[in-house]
Amino acid sequence: MTGKLVLENLKHKPMRSLLSILLIGVPVTLILTLVGLSHGMLEDSAHRAQGIGADIFFRPRGTSLLSLSGAPLPEKFVDYFEHWPHVKIATGVVVQTVQTPLVITGADLPKFNRMSGGFDYLEGGPLRRPDDILVDRYYAAQKHLHAGDSVEMLNHSWHVAGVIEGGKLARLVVQLKVLQDLLGATGGVSQIYLKLDNPANTAAVIQALKEKFPDYPIYSMEELTSMYSVSSVAGLQEFIYVIMGIGVVIGFAVVCLSMYMAVLQRTREIGILKSLGASNGFILRIILVEAVALGIGGTLLGVGMSYGAWWLIRTLVPASIQMVIVPAWWPIAGAITLAGAALGALYPGLSAARHDPIEALAYE
Amino acid sequence: MNNGRDIIEVRELRKIYRVGNVDVPALRGLDLNVKPGEFLSIVGPSGSGKSTLFHIIGGLTPPTSGQVRVADRDLASLTDAGRTRLRKQTVGFVFQKFNLLPNLTARDNIAVARHIAGLDQKPDPQFEEVLRLLGIASRLDHKPNALSGGEQQRIAIARAIVNRPAILLADEPTGNLDTENSQAVLDILRDLNQRLGQTILMITHNPEAAAFGHHLVHMRDGRISGRT
Repeated sequence: MTGKLVLENLKHKPMRSLLSILLIGVPVTLILTLVGLSHGMLEDSAHRAQGIGADIFFRPRGTSLLSLSGAPLPEKFVDYFEHWPHVKIATGVVVQTVQTPLVITGADLPKFNRMSGGFDYLEGGPLRRPDDILVDRYYAAQKHLHAGDSVEMLNHSWHVAGVIEGGKLARLVVQLKVLQDLLGATGGVSQIYLKLDNPANTAAVIQALKEKFPDYPIYSMEELTSMYSVSSVAGLQEFIYVIMGIGVVIGFAVVCLSMYMAVLQRTREIGILKSLGASNGFILRIILVEAVALGIGGTLLGVGMSYGAWWLIRTLVPASIQMVIVPAWWPIAGAITLAGAALGALYPGLSAARHDPIEALAYE
Repeated sequence: MNNGRDIIEVRELRKIYRVGNVDVPALRGLDLNVKPGEFLSIVGPSGSGKSTLFHIIGGLTPPTSGQVRVADRDLASLTDAGRTRLRKQTVGFVFQKFNLLPNLTARDNIAVARHIAGLDQKPDPQFEEVLRLLGIASRLDHKPNALSGGEQQRIAIARAIVNRPAILLADEPTGNLDTENSQAVLDILRDLNQRLGQTILMITHNPEAAAFGHHLVHMRDGRISGRT
């Protein structure tokens, strides 16, 4: 009967119910979208790093995972590493931010092809002219580019030589020397990838490299990809917590206002229930169950809207930002929302429970 | 005070409401005895304290002073939870404005009273007979806004007696009804009293309605001024 009372109450004011569900759904979408973006962008970076086919990743001193621009490593390191025991291929790349978080990468294509097995071309072919650029299919879709088109980047006009399948190294690839010259970084690279004769030697080679280059970040590719996680990006976890907090506050405020209005509108009905012998706990339970029902509706709508956000991002900016649906966060977002809703319903619920039955029955 | 027979015993009942900084006495030392199975009509001008008396006997508000025993319970010593139990188990209300829950069907309005009392929501077979007596068996799946005033009041009566309360308090049950429906409701109350032995206290301004009771209690200025 409590369920029927709540359901009929929700149906009685459908616009109030739907608006409440919508407003509760917004922070759920916010949380799920943020988490989806964090996971999506990191997973995309990890996926592209794995696609390189290297075993070891060598970075300049004092750089972090997300600070990629510049070419502070001497290019001669690449030749030096090629003669390091067990190293089969060494290749350096220059990375430059085009528009955060999008970067352009200058690569030694023949070496990169040997290391990774080469790009899969959906249109056109490899880099031939100095102003040639390869774009992956996500960037091509976002900018409506095809092989043979021109594109402006870094104050330079590029000729799209080919459209490649995504998932290897970068979205935008140009010749290493061209990007070095363009950035005034001749003789320098941003990072170096090493492929070994046998992946089983990775730990030993890293150990030896660290002894020789103690201050340099040197990782196995497994380590590198594992670093692309929410917890390893400074401040990201805290940012998610802040958004979660905002979600609780919005859920609290929406439900508090909505239920407060509902209690005012139903003052007489509360009086009727009390005249029938309904206890304060019974009245409070009805209000809380209604709030939880709104919270569940908001959570479901929020999950649905997160799919909408995912589709929009995928359609409009597939290359700039990546979002994935993270179902593991649905119950978390739901619990946060329900907590906010229950807290928000507490004051109106207690207020309703404390109504004087005679005054409530006289309410017009 | 308890003579072992009266279902309602009131002595020196006083009720003072605080309105702003002013004390407003609603009942000023009222005495009343009601036997089980009695049908009592209570009449009196507005402000004479009729509704306040009902609210106290029905456990909606505590007395300020005096002694009130309802079905062997001392209302002066009852807590809020105790008065809630009294409303749940011992007293049924019928109001002038029907006071049905607008979002629920007639059937659910009756079921909610059983639910609150902690009983099976489906009334016993004997109650089906009561519903037929009330003439509302075919109207149970309608919401209040689809029912006439007379039908709403009959649903309200059904709801008030579904848990078999010892006392039915009817506060101007015909006040919002036309003559035909008023007569029907009064007939029902008399039927309930005669067939089931239901104790009924009815407030009314209508002398014809008042004549349905076994006794007529006159109230004035918060006291009983006469009983016939």
